[in-house]
Amino acid sequence: MLIVDSLKKHFGFVKAVDNVNLEIKEGEIVSIIGTNGAGKTTLVNLISGYLKPDSGRILFLDKDITFASPYVRIKLGVGRSFQLIQLFGNTTVLDNVRTALFSKYGMIRRGLLPADRYSSVTDEAIKILENFNLADKKNLTPTGLSEGDLKILDIAIAFALKSRLLLLDEPTSGVATSDKFKVMDSIVSAIRREKISTLIIEHDMDIVSGYSDRVIVMHEGKVMAEGRPSEIMENKEVKAIVFGIVS
Amino acid sequence: MTKNPRWIACILIFIALLFIPRILSIHNLMLFEYGLTFAIVGLGFNLLLGYTGLLSFGHGAYFAAGAYTVGMIAKYLPEAYRLEILIPAALLFSLILSVIFGFLCVRHTKIFFSILALSLSMLLYALLFKLYHLTGGSDGLRVPLPSLLGISFKGIRRPEFLSGTYYYFLLIMFAASFVIMKGIVSSPFGKALQAIRDNEIRAELIGIRVRRYRLYAFCLSGLFVGLGGALWTFVNGHVTADLSHWVFSGEIVYMTLLGGFGIFEGPIIGAMVYTFLRLMVQGYTQYWMFFIGAILIGIVLLLPNGVAGAIAWLLIKLKRRKAAEGSTC
Repeated sequence: MLIVDSLKKHFGFVKAVDNVNLEIKEGEIVSIIGTNGAGKTTLVNLISGYLKPDSGRILFLDKDITFASPYVRIKLGVGRSFQLIQLFGNTTVLDNVRTALFSKYGMIRRGLLPADRYSSVTDEAIKILENFNLADKKNLTPTGLSEGDLKILDIAIAFALKSRLLLLDEPTSGVATSDKFKVMDSIVSAIRREKISTLIIEHDMDIVSGYSDRVIVMHEGKVMAEGRPSEIMENKEVKAIVFGIVS
Repeated sequence: MTKNPRWIACILIFIALLFIPRILSIHNLMLFEYGLTFAIVGLGFNLLLGYTGLLSFGHGAYFAAGAYTVGMIAKYLPEAYRLEILIPAALLFSLILSVIFGFLCVRHTKIFFSILALSLSMLLYALLFKLYHLTGGSDGLRVPLPSLLGISFKGIRRPEFLSGTYYYFLLIMFAASFVIMKGIVSSPFGKALQAIRDNEIRAELIGIRVRRYRLYAFCLSGLFVGLGGALWTFVNGHVTADLSHWVFSGEIVYMTLLGGFGIFEGPIIGAMVYTFLRLMVQGYTQYWMFFIGAILIGIVLLLPNGVAGAIAWLLIKLKRRKAAEGSTC
């Protein structure tokens, strides 16, 4: 579904992403782990079109999207969430999701009838919020939500765009430890239901091993190791560099 | 829709407005008509400020575009000097101008946008001011009474025209602007604009072409402001280049802030309050600008949502008190 082929992005002397190859299959949930500055977020920015690579190729559904604009990628089905939440702060939770749906259906050109008249879109937005256990908060603005709920809403918006591939940048950062699993449960169950391929950047190993099919370890811009969560946890090199455990 | 109390209130207010010429003296009625034209301007301006998050200090240009369309047709095409031609022509020219200026402005946001809009309007000011033979320069252009649907108003004095046919024409234009703008801001298109206002990055990443939609908002805003400008000329009887000067653009900003840009009806209330307030203060003292300025400081510090925001706050408070009393009974 997604193929990244010898992708490179350097910032001056810093090799943020250096010759990275990876593949994500249909419906697969892949986590990327690595120390700070390993190039994880840069990689996500390259795939979502937020940055342009120096060299290499990105193929999505057999289309070359290496230099496509973010707009084109979204229309193709690449959605993302942000480490720092990006929401529409002055509108309701319902409108946050509904605007994404209007955009997805190409309806944002319609300028005369009130949005409430498009009841099928409203119903769909409510259904998505129900999927993420946010339906009872639909009339609140984001300022009234907990950090965990904000993260979920951020992902619900990406979800509303019917993304085939979701890029989640630290979905649990800033969320209280006690809520982390609750947040991940609602995200992952929605993803599994729709069989969306997902790339997650995460620090918390409990979450990585609990929710992903495959783990990619990055270090200094390169892919250092790759495999099932249990294999990665036993990899000595990974243990030493990423977790700082010397045995 | 008819069950919504807000719409019932709007219809009641509209019916009340029909009787205004019988209540107000001709002097106050003229002021009220100034207020109505500025209310249309405010509605247009606020699509950009309140709903798209762009503060323009150059909206006088589109007002001037509408006003000068009327003035120029009066001078060069007197046979076309009919309201049913003038209004579409004014809309067309303000649209053309806002497409050109907007195309340049929407490349930037925040202060850069504001300054660019201001500079472009001053460019138009310089043209209107210097092209004396075409535009009348600092003397401006005279605006005679137009005809409407074949009815000529020759021999009628301006006050009679303004308190009769023209008031109702203006009222219909205002009501239409109100309904259309209300539709725009609550439509999916309006939601997309608000998404851009709230978070540009996210808006881009849900597939909204941010720059293009800013331009759409800019042009719509220019259209309404141009309409306001055209309607204003008949009340004023005269147009000058000052309309495109940044000081006049500043007055449009002032009215919107005074009324409250966070509320749909805010700019309308602001336009009315400003028109009457200005005349009242001017009547008291020659230092009226000082008072107008002091009021702006007060508004920004004490009522960030303007007069309309204060009214809304009072209404909510009253409702709560009523609800509290109801529950104790």
